[in-house]
Amino acid sequence: MNIKQEVGKCDPFTLGPLEAGPACSDPLPVIQVKDLSLRYHGKLALKEVSLDIYKGCITALIGPSGCGKTSLLSAINRLTDLIPGCSVNGRILVQGRNIYDPDESVQALRRQVGMVFQKPAPFPLSIRRNLSLPLHEHGITRKAEVADISEQALRDVGLWDEVCDRMDSAALNLSGGQQQRLCIARALALQPQILLMDEPCSALDPIASGVVEDLICRLRGRYTVVIVTHNLAQARRIANYAAFFWVSGHAGQLIEFGRCQKIFESPRHELTAAYVNGVRG
Amino acid sequence: MYDAVCNRGLRKLREYVVQCLIYSAVVLVSAVFIWLLIDLLRGGLSHLSWEFVTELPRDAGRAGGIASILISTLLILLVAVLTAVPVAWMTAILLAEFVAIGSWFGKTVRFSLYVLAGVPSIVFGLFGNAFFCVYLGLGFSILSGGLTLACMLLPILTSTAEAGLRAVSHTYRLAASALGLSRAAALLHLILPAAAPAMAAGLLLGIGRALAETAALLFTSGYAERMPDSLLDSGRALALHIFDLSMNVPGGDEPAYASALVLVSLLLGINILAMKFAYGLQRSKLML
Repeated sequence: MNIKQEVGKCDPFTLGPLEAGPACSDPLPVIQVKDLSLRYHGKLALKEVSLDIYKGCITALIGPSGCGKTSLLSAINRLTDLIPGCSVNGRILVQGRNIYDPDESVQALRRQVGMVFQKPAPFPLSIRRNLSLPLHEHGITRKAEVADISEQALRDVGLWDEVCDRMDSAALNLSGGQQQRLCIARALALQPQILLMDEPCSALDPIASGVVEDLICRLRGRYTVVIVTHNLAQARRIANYAAFFWVSGHAGQLIEFGRCQKIFESPRHELTAAYVNGVRG
Repeated sequence: MYDAVCNRGLRKLREYVVQCLIYSAVVLVSAVFIWLLIDLLRGGLSHLSWEFVTELPRDAGRAGGIASILISTLLILLVAVLTAVPVAWMTAILLAEFVAIGSWFGKTVRFSLYVLAGVPSIVFGLFGNAFFCVYLGLGFSILSGGLTLACMLLPILTSTAEAGLRAVSHTYRLAASALGLSRAAALLHLILPAAAPAMAAGLLLGIGRALAETAALLFTSGYAERMPDSLLDSGRALALHIFDLSMNVPGGDEPAYASALVLVSLLLGINILAMKFAYGLQRSKLML
């Protein structure tokens, strides 16, 4: 698939060609992680991470298992609130506002910052209801409006033609890849600015995985995407920026952050070099 | 070579013995149930008739029917279930959804429920008598009996509902939160419907226990066999009626058997209805 062409067609950002170390035209930090430490039951899991995530770009978080990538991801939409014993220190600014400020509304934040999980997690409802339930919850109740938004979201993920004649059948009857695209559509329907993805392709077969990957590429420029992936080739294919994490002691640490191409081709840190070349990790 | 053959023989024998043991256990369990059922049918079927269910008892229950007793039983059950269910299920929701599993509060509540579950029913009867009948002045009444039963039902209903809620996949909660759904919405649209069959099963366990209860009701709802005028009137429960007929009334065996048959059918009927309702509710809300 020709990413350059796809992107150029429909988004306000002009992204550089991937092979030249893709850059956003105007690297504007939309998420700023500042000295973030994360503990599970008092044990440090992520140590003092500071990182800027740029608007309209795809940022890949890479590194071995247990290095805190998913923890960082769930800290960005405060899903860490749901994990017993998890405590977060430091700040995360989303569009300049500290999300851990007690005055900030978690629900508003999560509407702005969507999330897609590793395992497709559609609700045990109909396809239609999967999309309309969150919309209703956010106050969008007009039937025609809900139908329009749902259709648009399904079209965006390329699922509309596959499901338009069976919107009232069970979402759990869809294939794994379709379920994952439905989950992405469900997140997109809320019109978030940021999309967090936790290994969205790892539970899918190669073909479905390819479809979802293409979809993520199409999101570039329209959404800010942060994606955790163990698939280095995938990270290299789709990401503009990459952040490499490593476990030292028992806590994850950010080792290196930069343009994706730079991380893969001329990493500054020897651990990064060893990991991306498959020597360690 | 010889050893290997010998070993194989031994292993086969062991397999055989284990299978025999398991099968005989199954046969034994079913036999007890079937025997009980046959005994009930043989003893009670001849005495059972439409009149038996619709007439008032006469001659200490030897003649007539069990209409008033059925009404009292159902009223006691209704009071117990209507009081216990909201309290128990709300506690379960609190414990499963809003309190961390290892927290001090949750542990304390759970421990007190375990203790409550282990209290013999006669103790509940004494407590019910002292508290509802005497202290609150409700006297020997259906209300006292129902409220006492409600106390007995609390631990069963709470623990089964909590287990049912906890069994609902955590991914629904995460996915719902990630979409900015409030906890109440997730609970209402996803988690409660998914847990409904488990909660209904718990309710059935509770109803079964309440219908079978004798000792606790002896002290609280009394055993007047007349038709109750109100919830503040005394009323005799079916289980108590069976106990009285078989122990205190010479010649009361046949009506006792027939009453027991009615009790078992009632249980079965409530079981089927409640399960149907729970699965119906789940199907109307979810598409699994």
